[in-house]
Amino acid sequence: MSVIGTDIAPSANRRRIENSIRTFQRLPLTARIGAVILLFWTITMLTVQLWPLADPLAMVGRRLQPPSLEHWLGTDALGRDVFARTMEGSVWSIPIAFIVVAAAVAIGSALGAISGYFGGLLDSVIMRAVDVTLSFPPILLAMSVAATLGPGLGNATIAMVVVWWPIYARLMRAQVLEVREREHVEAAIAGGAGRMRVLVVHIMPLCWTPTLVNATMDFGQVVLLAASLSFIGLGATPPSPEWGSMIAEGASKFYSWWIAFGPGMAILSVVLATSFLGDGLRDLFDRRSA
Amino acid sequence: MLRYIVRRLIGIPFLLLGVASVAFLLSQTTKGDPLAALVPERMMSNTEVVNAVKAEWGLDRSLPVRYFIYIGNLLQGDLGTSFATRRPVATDIAERLPATLELVISAMIIGTVMGFSLGLLSARFRNTVTDGSARMFALVGSSLPIFWSGLILLYLLSVRFPIVPGTGRLPPRTTPPPEVTGFYTIDSLLAGNIPLFLEVLSHLALPAFVLGWAVTGIITRLVRSSLIEGLSQDYARTARAKGAPERVVLIHHVLRNALIPVLTVLGFTFAYLITGAVLTESIFSWPGIGSYTVRAAASLDYPAIGGVTIVGSVAFLMANLITDIAYAWANPRIKVH
Repeated sequence: MSVIGTDIAPSANRRRIENSIRTFQRLPLTARIGAVILLFWTITMLTVQLWPLADPLAMVGRRLQPPSLEHWLGTDALGRDVFARTMEGSVWSIPIAFIVVAAAVAIGSALGAISGYFGGLLDSVIMRAVDVTLSFPPILLAMSVAATLGPGLGNATIAMVVVWWPIYARLMRAQVLEVREREHVEAAIAGGAGRMRVLVVHIMPLCWTPTLVNATMDFGQVVLLAASLSFIGLGATPPSPEWGSMIAEGASKFYSWWIAFGPGMAILSVVLATSFLGDGLRDLFDRRSA
Repeated sequence: MLRYIVRRLIGIPFLLLGVASVAFLLSQTTKGDPLAALVPERMMSNTEVVNAVKAEWGLDRSLPVRYFIYIGNLLQGDLGTSFATRRPVATDIAERLPATLELVISAMIIGTVMGFSLGLLSARFRNTVTDGSARMFALVGSSLPIFWSGLILLYLLSVRFPIVPGTGRLPPRTTPPPEVTGFYTIDSLLAGNIPLFLEVLSHLALPAFVLGWAVTGIITRLVRSSLIEGLSQDYARTARAKGAPERVVLIHHVLRNALIPVLTVLGFTFAYLITGAVLTESIFSWPGIGSYTVRAAASLDYPAIGGVTIVGSVAFLMANLITDIAYAWANPRIKVH
């Protein structure tokens, strides 16, 4: 048994890797650039502590110095190195966006699948909740929830999940409604599978494509909204080098443009990367929603 | 068609009730004490104020009764009293509405004009450098944090290369035009004051551009894809076969049909405009609802945040309703479910 197991495992893995490489090669150039940028930020996030950078929280030079060889993006009002802070900012912004998207996908997809599969009263209740949530302009709902819960990054994260789950509920519901009618589902039911089993094992695995494409695109939008909330003062609090709150610091030292420059470019690169990659993935896997 | 509009109209009050219910729940959970959402902390020791607020919002009653009192107050336009300005939130919002509307409408015009021009350009010269640059310019606009692009452009264009004046609607100590509409552009023209009109325009230009740029992306994308789809249709081929140059096919034949799907996006851009206005106003010290909201959020002025959220949702729902109706009217083929 163990011989067979070790025989199959590497080849399955190799096939998976080969498939990924082939998918990557089929993507248009822009999407590949997007993927590389996202990979760069992910690696930065994981390894930035090991980089030979200045301490992002300590005064390392004179205050408000413009960019120089020593401080690539200058120093801020407290003499901290802006480049080091921008890189360190990925540790805040990237995981938050990931948590928000993952939580919104999990909650939204679960509710959407239940709604689409079981229908009836449950469907009505869930979809009305979706309608009401989508009646709010996103930033105002996020601000209301974040303010009610109190300022702080954790509460801002919850607020963004509240804003984002309905989109995934709608996506998943539409998919489930479609897949539900297929013959293999009928066969599974005829074979005596329970309702939850039919939904989870036979329907949901076929429903993820639009959700994943959308989640890729939303990742950048979540980074934007998180930065906006921090900019307003409802997200990360000083001295943490979160990109939005760094730009807020830059706004209060208007003539030292370099304080805001780095974090702004960082946000731009993430948002552009996710739209490039999302567009490419959609063209590849989900032409209908283009 | 009529049935569709009626159905949409019937749905609106229910959605509004849902919005109000969410706002109520949020106000009840503030710091675990509904009173905290209505009375500023420093006034909590003032029993007179506390009792008056308790009576107005029924805080000594049960939760369901409070809910009905809350809805009743909303229906009478009572959104509570702002902690910061100590005035009714509804009054504050009404006073700041024209500044925000003037900014948003200008931005919408700029965004639509840029979006259409870029969309036409990139559809006409698709898959060329022109197409790529037009789409890139549009995409960057909607990918930038608007508070950052505002900040950097303001620095570049008012400090480095002083083309535009600084922040605000008018220079300090300038008398605004006599109020008729609340739109400084229109009011200064009505007063026949051309120098003032130009001054107003120069202050409006940059924030309106920044906000307009942010919505250019969606419009460009939709105009482009809708035009390209049209160009591959039979009627476009017929026009080409009859000898019409590509430019004529695009402008005279395809553009008109492509306008219909673009209508839908206008409601969609409204969400971007609200988000954008909140942040743009705070960068440009624009005395509108957006900067009011940001100030309210920063100082945890709960009645103000709640009030703006409710008013914003009403506006959002109305914008979507108008879009849907316009779409159904422009395209009778739409299926009514």
